[in-house]
Amino acid sequence: MDLQSLTIDEVRSSIAAGQTTATALARSFYSKIEAQDGPIGAYLTLSKDRAIEKANTIDALVSQGKELPPLAGVPVGIKDVMVTCGLRTTAGSKILDNYIPPYDSTAVRRLEAAGAVVLGKTNCDEFAMGSSNENSAFKPVRNPRDLSRVPGGSSGGSAAAVAAGMAVATLGSDTGGSIRQPASFCGVVGLMPTYGRVSRYGLIAFASSLDHIGPLTKTVRDAAIVLRTIAGRDPMDSTSADLPVPDYVTDLDKPVRGLRLGVPKEYFGEGLEPEVRSAVEAAIEKLASLGCEIVPVSLPHTEYAIPTYYLVATAEASSNLARYDGVRYGHRSKTVRTLAEMYERTRDEGFGAEVKRRIMLGTYALSAGYYDAYYLKAQRVRTLLARDFEEAFKKVDAIVTPTSPTPAFKLGEKTEDPLAMYLADVYTVTADLVGIPGISVPCGETRQRLPIGLQILARHFDEATMLRIAQSYEKSSGRGLKI
Amino acid sequence: MKVTEDDVRYVAALANLELTDDENRRMVEDLNSILDYVDRLNKLDTSGISPGGQVAERFAGPGSERAGPTSELREDQLYGLRPSLPQTDALVNAPKSDGTFFLVPKVIER
Repeated sequence: MDLQSLTIDEVRSSIAAGQTTATALARSFYSKIEAQDGPIGAYLTLSKDRAIEKANTIDALVSQGKELPPLAGVPVGIKDVMVTCGLRTTAGSKILDNYIPPYDSTAVRRLEAAGAVVLGKTNCDEFAMGSSNENSAFKPVRNPRDLSRVPGGSSGGSAAAVAAGMAVATLGSDTGGSIRQPASFCGVVGLMPTYGRVSRYGLIAFASSLDHIGPLTKTVRDAAIVLRTIAGRDPMDSTSADLPVPDYVTDLDKPVRGLRLGVPKEYFGEGLEPEVRSAVEAAIEKLASLGCEIVPVSLPHTEYAIPTYYLVATAEASSNLARYDGVRYGHRSKTVRTLAEMYERTRDEGFGAEVKRRIMLGTYALSAGYYDAYYLKAQRVRTLLARDFEEAFKKVDAIVTPTSPTPAFKLGEKTEDPLAMYLADVYTVTADLVGIPGISVPCGETRQRLPIGLQILARHFDEATMLRIAQSYEKSSGRGLKI
Repeated sequence: MKVTEDDVRYVAALANLELTDDENRRMVEDLNSILDYVDRLNKLDTSGISPGGQVAERFAGPGSERAGPTSELREDQLYGLRPSLPQTDALVNAPKSDGTFFLVPKVIER
């Protein structure tokens, strides 16, 4: 069985037909991880016992002749920012190096309830802060396509695991582009749902008004299957939406003829690499040839998205990360005499440079005398960004853009310049700020064979339309399985 | 220069961070360069614009009369009669505990 191209439906049907067992499949994925993950670094912790135990229950269903759940035996990886009961969860940080959560996050629980087999926890930037995965306190992840390049971030391990065939699907989290940008860099599909579509219970909080959980997969159909599984109201997350979950999978193949696609000129300006531009323009032409109407639109406040994001996200992070104080869990400094010393030294030893930078920026932006000038100002601009999309969505059903202005860059290329790194998210942050869903779909390669991603953005809670467009593009371009 | 080394020390104290001298110097540079960049927000007149923290609340999902994330509070009752975390589970990750409490360095001297 070719693990590289295996999809969710293929896993389920080959287990149901007795061509393989869930246990054998899990074991072959572990062999592949052991053979290949060394130089890539996609996984931080493997969960063999948990995986085999789960796989056994699936195999028992087969031998009893029972119906298999939709994700039966599907080997998945979980970004290490989602807590897993009894399974080490680090958020890519030294401060949680030895943390064993006493409960499961809702998204993981729903995946396992649908039959998925959790292989392990995937590497990421510390507390999901980064665009290259170089901020992981344990090791960077390398792009399976070219080991001298980054996989993107912060869900770099989740993207690399799928791209290298070391998981059929993974979960990532997206606060400023952390699912879509690595998906684009690694040549896989990455979906960020609407804010509130998927419960964040058990997601280690970075910026609560911006954090989303979503899937990274090989195909659009797989992304729809995972989303259908994890979406929906959860009483344990008061921000989860009390709205019915449509069947994203059944509607996938509905024709896209007549849909209006907006092309915002602000996403095709300075900084966009020519090879990315031509691939994305070709993808838009392809969608036009499928009967979509292409409509030029403007999102005039786009240039303000990154500064807005870095004020809002860091302010929320400074508050969310206050809990890491060495009292209840995680690292505690060994060399302290007083309580105040314990807090300060624990945090200095436990957090990496980028996390400290963001806590400092956020604390500054919220501090007396600066709150109005920075935090409140950014929240007002956020309203303007939302209005841009409101206007655009009066004229169009979805918006198409590049996912990232460049393909995967080299390790070390941007680590000395935080601002240059922040600009890697220039096309993705706005959707997080506005709360709309977005997906990145592979749309070609550069001459150096580096993947390029097409981003499709849709109205709040209209993942169905977004997925339909992504699916018809994937089908017509013959992509999706060629990893 | 918006931020000085003293400002950085003050903010670090607010954030409960003990930065080394090297980290302090680097932080002054980084914060100034980021704050210079975010200054472009001041080109926008935002008077009369309300701050948009929970943007999704302003939008209803397709076919629904209710806004996105629920804005109302839930009933004040134990959800699903879920028991609290057992004490041993809650303490299992504690760097230091006596089996009943989290232990920290003494706060009050007598």
